[in-house]
Amino acid sequence: MLITVTVALLVTAALALLRACLGPTVFDRLLAANTIGTCAILLLAVLGFLRGRPEFLDLALVYGLLNAIGMFAVLKFMRQGDLGLADAPACAPEDKP
Amino acid sequence: MTTVLFWFSGICLVAGGVFCLIGGIGLLRMPDFYTRMHAASVTETLGVGLLLLGLMPQAGLSLVTLKLVMVGLLVFLVSPAVSHALARAAFLRGPKPLLAQSGEVASKP
Repeated sequence: MLITVTVALLVTAALALLRACLGPTVFDRLLAANTIGTCAILLLAVLGFLRGRPEFLDLALVYGLLNAIGMFAVLKFMRQGDLGLADAPACAPEDKP
Repeated sequence: MTTVLFWFSGICLVAGGVFCLIGGIGLLRMPDFYTRMHAASVTETLGVGLLLLGLMPQAGLSLVTLKLVMVGLLVFLVSPAVSHALARAAFLRGPKPLLAQSGEVASKP
């Protein structure tokens, strides 16, 4: 049962990788990276159960945090052109939300 | 582990795997970026939720189940924030959403 779930997760990660390669805009690639990150979290949890190693769940937790922070960093870098200088304006000048 | 728990865990695991696949397929087939975000969120909410729910009976009432709850809580709290940031950045800088023109069949109620 855990094997089938592992295979399903690997196929999902492959589909997300395919979307990352095909993705016309960079945002599709970011979305695919986020999905692959989620699949990695789930794979860690399932393989931790498959191999009987409960510490994998700590890895999944840390990886979840890293994945989120990485996404925010890339998004911030894309919108402001850099990761924010001391005197940079809070909101990028040209976007009017 | 009683048979009820075994069956519950099995059904939840398989359902979680199926929802992950549905999200993955939706990621490829959806025409527009914003619809793909919906597909990706199917994976993140239902896939993660059902999978972790399915793993819990296998660990019984122990620290491992608490860690599973923590991972589930993390994903449920973080993924909306990431999706919001991604959608806002995409809306301001990236492609405009593919809206149905008023005349098309799709926009009929």
